[in-house]
Amino acid sequence: MIKVVHYINQFYAGKGGEDMANIPPEKVKGFVGPGMAFNAAFKGEAEIVATVFCGDSYFNENKEAIETVVSLIAEEDPDIVICGPAFNAGRYGVACGTVASEVKARLGIPTLTGMYEENPGVDMFRSKTIIMQTKDSAAGMRKAVAAMAPVALRMAKGEELGSAKAEGYFSTGIRVGLFEEKRGSARAVDMLLKKLAGEEFETEYPMPQFDRVTPNPAVADLAHAKVALVTSGGIVPKGNPDHIESSSASHYGKYDIEGVNVLTDKTYETAHGGYDPVYANADPNRVLPVDVMREFEKEGRIGELSHYYYATVGNGTAVASAKKFADTFSKELIADGVQAVILTST
Amino acid sequence: MKLELGIIKICDIQFAAESKVEGGVLYVNKDELRTLIMEDETLASCELDIARPGESVRITPVKDVIEPRVKVSGEGGVFPGWMAKVKTVGSGRTNVLKGAAVVTTGKIVGFQEGIIDMSGEGAKYTPFSQLNNLVLCVEPVEGTLQHAYEKAVRLAGLKAATYLGKLAKDIEAEEIRTYETPTITEGIKLYPDLPRVGYVLMLQSQGLLHDTYVYGVDAKQSLTTMIYPTETMDGAIISGNCVSACDKNTTYHHLNNPVIEDLYARHGKDLNFVGVIITNENVYLADKERSSDWSAKLCEYLGLDGAIISQEGFGNPDTDLIMNCKKIEAKGVKTVIITDEYAGQDGASQSLADADVAANACVTGGNANTVIHLPKMDKVIGHIEYVDKIAGGWSGSLQEDGSIIAELQVITGATNEMGFNTFSAR
Repeated sequence: MIKVVHYINQFYAGKGGEDMANIPPEKVKGFVGPGMAFNAAFKGEAEIVATVFCGDSYFNENKEAIETVVSLIAEEDPDIVICGPAFNAGRYGVACGTVASEVKARLGIPTLTGMYEENPGVDMFRSKTIIMQTKDSAAGMRKAVAAMAPVALRMAKGEELGSAKAEGYFSTGIRVGLFEEKRGSARAVDMLLKKLAGEEFETEYPMPQFDRVTPNPAVADLAHAKVALVTSGGIVPKGNPDHIESSSASHYGKYDIEGVNVLTDKTYETAHGGYDPVYANADPNRVLPVDVMREFEKEGRIGELSHYYYATVGNGTAVASAKKFADTFSKELIADGVQAVILTST
Repeated sequence: MKLELGIIKICDIQFAAESKVEGGVLYVNKDELRTLIMEDETLASCELDIARPGESVRITPVKDVIEPRVKVSGEGGVFPGWMAKVKTVGSGRTNVLKGAAVVTTGKIVGFQEGIIDMSGEGAKYTPFSQLNNLVLCVEPVEGTLQHAYEKAVRLAGLKAATYLGKLAKDIEAEEIRTYETPTITEGIKLYPDLPRVGYVLMLQSQGLLHDTYVYGVDAKQSLTTMIYPTETMDGAIISGNCVSACDKNTTYHHLNNPVIEDLYARHGKDLNFVGVIITNENVYLADKERSSDWSAKLCEYLGLDGAIISQEGFGNPDTDLIMNCKKIEAKGVKTVIITDEYAGQDGASQSLADADVAANACVTGGNANTVIHLPKMDKVIGHIEYVDKIAGGWSGSLQEDGSIIAELQVITGATNEMGFNTFSAR
């Protein structure tokens, strides 16, 4: 039997309305209020073992409320925690979102809540827990329970959920694959006709806010600067010792080039799978210009070339991965006293 | 311009003493076809094999997929500039061996080639698992440089498809599909009240084995231009690409461009399909600026109300896609873009390398970084040892039991950006 803990507010717990919004967290055995409908919808597969409730004002005004709620839930060792649904109640939505996110993060238990699209809790917590779409008031309870209960059962069993659209939850920002009824080109024609007619249409990929980086000011005294090379062009020691992937790289390599004056086809090669490697393999300096940097070093145009260079493959590599790589090696570059970096791509 | 496609359904391919099409079966004389392909001095060997839907067969590394077609009437021949003289194609009648394809494979660059599984999990993602495939496994003579080898494999595929297509020249088609595009002025008179819609077809042209050819011309050396939609059905555009398998447009995709088919399906009813603008995806900024300026200019010049823009590849071409979209929207022409996503294996990363608010209508072919598990197949056609190296695979992708754990990227045509498939993401 799947064990469920249900979190609700003072109103649904039958304690009273706004006048009772200041009551601290409490726990009772079994179901209370809307829990009855959930229990029925589980059809014997799951059972609400305990209900935790708290006044909405108390929850939002007292930092320790969440600590108490999490420990009350932890004592039950549930398979899943259901919060609300909160419909369009703002403070209740924030409480449900907080409990669902914290329980999931701290206890590793799957969590599910439900809200109306305008509830402020949706945008605050959609990336941290599954929030099912509901109507704006308790009049939609029957529908909300019917939608949430089967999803809760599947989550408790460890099943992967389908896309937000297919399952009826608010997109978490995680892209989930699905097979559509119509092929992409037919969907594009449909979407264009709607757009031309001024009708509402739904894009399949909302454009992200772009992370634009302002370039640093120019290096004032290059002749005394320590310069490092970093490349996404995949230049690695021959044999690719770190097995950097040809696309969608999961890591980067750090390589010592102290005493190396020129890269040759005997010593270096590219791991990159996004371009014809012939020219890069024949002369790896084309992508990682060690030869020219050494000349500049000799001529005194730069202070020195850093002993280490960093390399990864940019081909199909997720932006989040690239950011993570740079976060790590930027700190090393700074620790090494590097003042300027030449980034080469392909 | 009007083209009739005569559909001849092929339900099986078999090797036989005589090459012919009979009773829905494509019979192939192996030696005759091999001799034809081996005329190319760059090649050391050519093995032929057959892969049918549902079989426990894996083909890898796949370079191109080509549908056999033959011109029955009208000007020119299929694959102008390669297998026929450079005459304008796209009119008259062309017979199509529907359900059959030539698949080319060989070592080529190793990195960028794909996988076609004829059954199991992988088969769900590639449209080519549904076809009867004649597979050419082509190896070069020692010392052949990669670009020369690529060309040899490309020509071998076209030769084989042309050879097979010719077998159907005199066969009566069971179904005729008619596609017609009027001139600009006729279109205005015929459909005065329908929105004028164009198709901006972006061609992979980053160079270094990322090339597409139009009537034999390398697309990276061409300005943005226009063609009649039916020209593509006669092989005016062919693939010379060795890029990530999931979102490269094979020659099969160009011959069966789904955007063109679906715009024709609504033509004269809900929209006036004016024509196709072909533009490239070059790597230099000046080229990108010029080509996208010209795409927008041609959309304006044609008086379009709307345009669908399809992409090929990812990363660098994302910038071309967004430039095209932004500039075409700025001309007052409404757009829908078709792309795919690289959102990371967990699906949490930003999906494209470029973005703009103008791109508010987007169709996606899914997340190419999605990890999939492909079961072992009883038979492998080609070379399995490249699986660890191809784009989307990693060291250890090929499991000891012969199964493969890799990104969707490895599957030929899986996240096609012409919208060929139903697979998507949200």
